[in-house]
Amino acid sequence: SRFTQQELPACKPILTPKWVISTFLLVGVVFIPIGIVSLFASRDVVEIVDRYETECIPIGSRNDKLGYIQGSQDKTCYRSLTIPKKMKQPIYVYYQLDSFYQNHRRYVKSRSDQQLRSASKEGDTDPCKPEATIDGRPIVPCGLIAWSLFNDTYTLTRNNQQLNVNKTNISWKSDREKKFGKNVFPKNFQNGSLIGGGTLDSSLPLNKQEDLMVWMRTAALPTFRKLYGRIEVDLQVGDVINVTISNNYNTYSFNGKKKLVLSTTSWLGGKNNFVGIAYLTVGGLCVGLAILFALIYLIKPRRLGDPSYLSWNRNPGGQ
Amino acid sequence: MYSPKTGTLTENKMEFQCASIGGVDYSNGNAGGEGEDENVGYLVQEEGIFLKPKMRVKIDPELFKLSKSKHTDEGRHVHDFFVALAACNTIVPLTTETSDPSVKLIEYQGESPDEQALVYAAASYGFMLIERTSGHIDISIQGERHRFNVLGMHEFDSDRKRMSVILGSPNQKVKVLVKGADTSMFSIIDKSLNSNMIKSTEAHLHAYSSRGLRTLVIGSRGLSSAEFEQWHSSYELASTALIGRAMLLRKVANNIENHLGILGASGIEDKLQQGVPEAIESLRTAGIKVWVLTGDKQETAISIGYSSKLLTSNMTRIVINNNSIDTCRKSLEDALLLCKKLKISSDAKHGGSGAGGSQLALIIDGTSLVHVLDTDLEIQLFELASKCTVVLCCRVAPLQKAGIVALIKNRTDDMTLAIGDGANDVSMIQMADVGIGISGQEGRQAVMASDFAMGQFRFLVPLLLVHGHWNYQRMSYMILYNFYRNAVFVLILFWYVLFTGFSLTTAITDWSSMLYSIIYTAVPTIVVGILDKDLSRTTLLKYPQLYGAGQRRESYNGKLFWITMLDTVWQSIAVFFVPLLAYWKSDVDTSSMGDLWTLAIVIVVNVHLAMDVIRWYWITHAAIWGSIAATFICVLIIDTLPFLPGYWAFFTIAKTKLFWACLVGITVGALLPRFIIEIFVQSYKPNDIQIAREAEKVEISREPHDSQMEMNPFFGSTR
Repeated sequence: SRFTQQELPACKPILTPKWVISTFLLVGVVFIPIGIVSLFASRDVVEIVDRYETECIPIGSRNDKLGYIQGSQDKTCYRSLTIPKKMKQPIYVYYQLDSFYQNHRRYVKSRSDQQLRSASKEGDTDPCKPEATIDGRPIVPCGLIAWSLFNDTYTLTRNNQQLNVNKTNISWKSDREKKFGKNVFPKNFQNGSLIGGGTLDSSLPLNKQEDLMVWMRTAALPTFRKLYGRIEVDLQVGDVINVTISNNYNTYSFNGKKKLVLSTTSWLGGKNNFVGIAYLTVGGLCVGLAILFALIYLIKPRRLGDPSYLSWNRNPGGQ
Repeated sequence: MYSPKTGTLTENKMEFQCASIGGVDYSNGNAGGEGEDENVGYLVQEEGIFLKPKMRVKIDPELFKLSKSKHTDEGRHVHDFFVALAACNTIVPLTTETSDPSVKLIEYQGESPDEQALVYAAASYGFMLIERTSGHIDISIQGERHRFNVLGMHEFDSDRKRMSVILGSPNQKVKVLVKGADTSMFSIIDKSLNSNMIKSTEAHLHAYSSRGLRTLVIGSRGLSSAEFEQWHSSYELASTALIGRAMLLRKVANNIENHLGILGASGIEDKLQQGVPEAIESLRTAGIKVWVLTGDKQETAISIGYSSKLLTSNMTRIVINNNSIDTCRKSLEDALLLCKKLKISSDAKHGGSGAGGSQLALIIDGTSLVHVLDTDLEIQLFELASKCTVVLCCRVAPLQKAGIVALIKNRTDDMTLAIGDGANDVSMIQMADVGIGISGQEGRQAVMASDFAMGQFRFLVPLLLVHGHWNYQRMSYMILYNFYRNAVFVLILFWYVLFTGFSLTTAITDWSSMLYSIIYTAVPTIVVGILDKDLSRTTLLKYPQLYGAGQRRESYNGKLFWITMLDTVWQSIAVFFVPLLAYWKSDVDTSSMGDLWTLAIVIVVNVHLAMDVIRWYWITHAAIWGSIAATFICVLIIDTLPFLPGYWAFFTIAKTKLFWACLVGITVGALLPRFIIEIFVQSYKPNDIQIAREAEKVEISREPHDSQMEMNPFFGSTR
C-alpha cells in the first residue's frame, strides 16, 4: 500500500524569504500590541504593600523576636496605610510571605487528601507523619501544611469606621464543593505540645474553613501571596486605612518577611510588568529581524535551489 | 566497499562462448546456427523419447560441423575435447517431463555454474551427458549411447585449482582427464608434446580473458595399465586413510596429473548484471571506494573492471604481481613513490588543490597478497591502497578476502561494506562492518551470514544512496532530538529545585512526568523517525554526492550536539523562568504552575520537532498536533482526580488570561533563537541537502524543462 511503501502524499514546505519575513512580521504584529496592552493593564493596578513583621515587634523586644512571638502577651499591632490612587472595588487583601518554602518536598507531601474529603477516611493519616496522630487518635486535618496554618488577622478601619473585609469565597469553588468534605470536622487539631499556627473552629466542617483551604493550596514559589479577603467598596485617594494586626504567626525563626497587600486586579492579574516587557521585546526583535531579512534579501538574494551552489559544483573535482 | 566479481557484479549465469581446441580458435558463436540445430544433435532419441537439454547454447556452425566428422585430425580433437567436457565434471543430469510426452528435458545440476555451462555446451554439440551412476556415466555421442567407466575422481580444490577424472572408455583404454585454471594446468602440461598447439592455446586464452571470459584448460593423457594399477592402489589407500586423507589424496592427484597433452581451452562468459556499470559509477561519485576481489585471472579482472566502469582509461594503473616477499616490497615501494610523484605533479598543475590529478587504480594478485598480508608490508599496502580510488584484487582465496577487509577496517574509522553471493564471500561479509548477501546462483550461505540480502548488485545503489541517506538523516536527527527532548524536561525539573530549598519537589505531577515520554512526546518521535525524508528518491539518485553528508558526519557530530545542548538550556530557561517571573509574588499554587510548565514543555518540544519536519504527511500532522491535544486532555483528566492535591487546578488557571499569554510567549520565545539561527544558516550558508531540497521544490513549480541542469561531475570537472 502507499503507507507501507512510504509514498503517502506529503507537503514539503521550505523556508522561502517570503515566508520568513512574513512569519517575523506576524509575530511582531501580534506581540507588540499584546505587550503594550499588558503594560498598561499592569500600570493600572494599584498595589499597597506593607511589610510589618519587624515593625510589629515592640522596639524593646527586637533583639529577641523569637521569644516575643512565642510569648503569651498581647501581640496586637497598629499600622496605617495611605491610598495613593483611587482603588476600585473589588480590592483584594493578601498576606505575602517571603522565604517561606511552602513548596518544600517534605512539607508538600505532608497532607492526606483522602482524609480531607470524607469523614470515613479519618484514619488515613499515613503521609502526614509526624503530624498524624496524637496519643493514637488521628488529627483532622493532619500534616504539616494544616499544622502551620497562617494565623495573623487584620482588622481594617477607614475614618474610624469598620472597613468590611469579605472572607467568603476566597478559596476555590472546587475545593469547597469536592476536595474538602462537608461532614469532616477538625479533631485533635493543634493539641500537641508544639503549636505550628492557627487553630480551627471544630464546629465548622472543613469545607467552610476558607482560610485553611487557601492555605492548603500550597504556593509554587518561595515568595507568595495568599488571599485574605476582599474589600467591596472603592477607596479614594488620600484615604487612610488603619490596620489592626494581631501578629501571631512565627516567621522569625527563619527570618521570613510578612507583608500585608491591598491590590486591585486587571484582566491579566496583579501588578507585574514582566509579561508586557517580554512580549514587547520578542515582538520588537521579530520586527527588527523581518526588516533585516528583507534588506539582506534585497541586497544579496540567493536563487533558491540553484545547483551551482552545490558544494561539488562550487569547487570542481573536490570532494 | 568490497565486492567479489562472480555472481555479484555478474549474473553468475555462465554461458559457453568459445573454445580453442587443438590450437584452433572457434569463437564465432553467434545466432547463425540456431535455426538448423532444432532437431539435429540437439535432441537425442532414446527408446522413442527425445531428450533435450534445458538450456540452449549459441553454436559455432564450423565447430558444429567438425564435431560430426570423426575422421579428420581436427574432428578427433574436437571429439576428445567434448567428451572431456561431458565427462570431467561432477554434474548430475536430471530428466524432467515436459508437456510433450515424447520429449524430456535434461537438466544438469551441479555445484559449479561453470561446469553446468560446459556440459550444456557439450550437449549442444552432440555430446550429451545422459546419466550418471556411481561407477559410470552414459554419454550420447552424436546420438549413439556410450558408457564410460568412472574409475576415479579427484575433486576440485582451491589449492590445485583443477580436477581430474580417470575414465575407462568402452574400448578398455584408460585416460586421465584434467580440467582446471590455466596457471595450474600449464605447469603440468607436457610442453614438449605439442609446443605449437600450446603456444596458440595460450594466445587464445589471453585473448579470451581480455574479453572478460572465464577460461578453463582441459588436458588428457592415456594411462598404461601399469600406471593405472599403481594409481589405483595408491588411490584406494589414500581414500581409505584415516589420518590426513585430503593431503594423501592431493598427493595421489598430483602424481597422476602430469605430462598431460593439451586438448583445448574453453571461454565462458559471465554476463555483467543489469545496471552494474551505472551502479558502480554512482557509488564512486558518492565517494565510496569500490574494491573488487575476484578469483579470476588478472586480465579477466581488468577487462571486467573496464566494462563495469570500475576502471577508466584516464586512470593510472599500478600492477603488483610478484612471487616473493622481496619483490613485493620493492614494487610496493615503487608504487608509493609513483603515488607521491603523481601527487606532486598534479599539485603543481592544479595550483595546490591536490584532489584533481589522475586517479590511481591498484591491481594486486593473490600470490602477492600471500606475501603482503600478515607481514610488515601490510602497512605499505594500506598506505598505497588508501591513495588509490580503485583496488582490484585477482586470484584471491576466500580467506584473503577477509584479510583485505581487515586491512582497512583495523586501521581506519571508515565503514566497510562487503557484498557477496557465494560461500567464499562469507568470511569477508562477516569481517566487514556491513555485510550484504546477494541471493544468487550459489546458494544461501552468503545471505545467511549477511546483514542485508538483496537480489542484484544494482539494488545496492538505492540501498546506500537512498535508504542509507534517509536513515542516516533520520537517525542522527532523532538522536539529537531525543537528547534534547529529555534534557529539556529534566532541566526544568532541575531549575525548580533551586526554588524549593533544594528539596527535589516537582511541580509537574508524577503522572505527567511519567506520561511525558509515553504519551506527550513519544508518537511524533516515532512517526517522524520512520516517515521523514529529507529528499526524494529521484534527487538522491541524481546527485550521488549527497551521500557525502553521511561520510562527512554532517548531521550528527560533536559540534551539533553541543549547539543542540545550548539550545536545550535556553529553551528550558524560557519555559521555566517565564512563568516564574510572571507569577512571582502571586497567589499561584504548585499544581497550577506544574500544569503550565507541563503544557509549555510539551508544546515547545513538539513545535520544535514540527519546525524540523521536512515532509508533512497527514500522519505527521496527526501525531504532532494530536500529541499536544492529548497532553491537554491528560492534564485535564489528572486534574479531575479529587485525591490528588492538584484537583481542578487546570480549570482554575486556564480561566486566567495570564496563563495563555505565558503559553504563547514561552513557545515563541523558546524557539525564536533556534529559528533565527536556522534561517541564517539556510539562507547564507546552505548545505547541499538544503539546496537540493529547494531545487526539488522549485522544479515542481517550474516543470522539468531544465534538463541541462543534469551534469556529470566527473567529466564536467575539467572546467
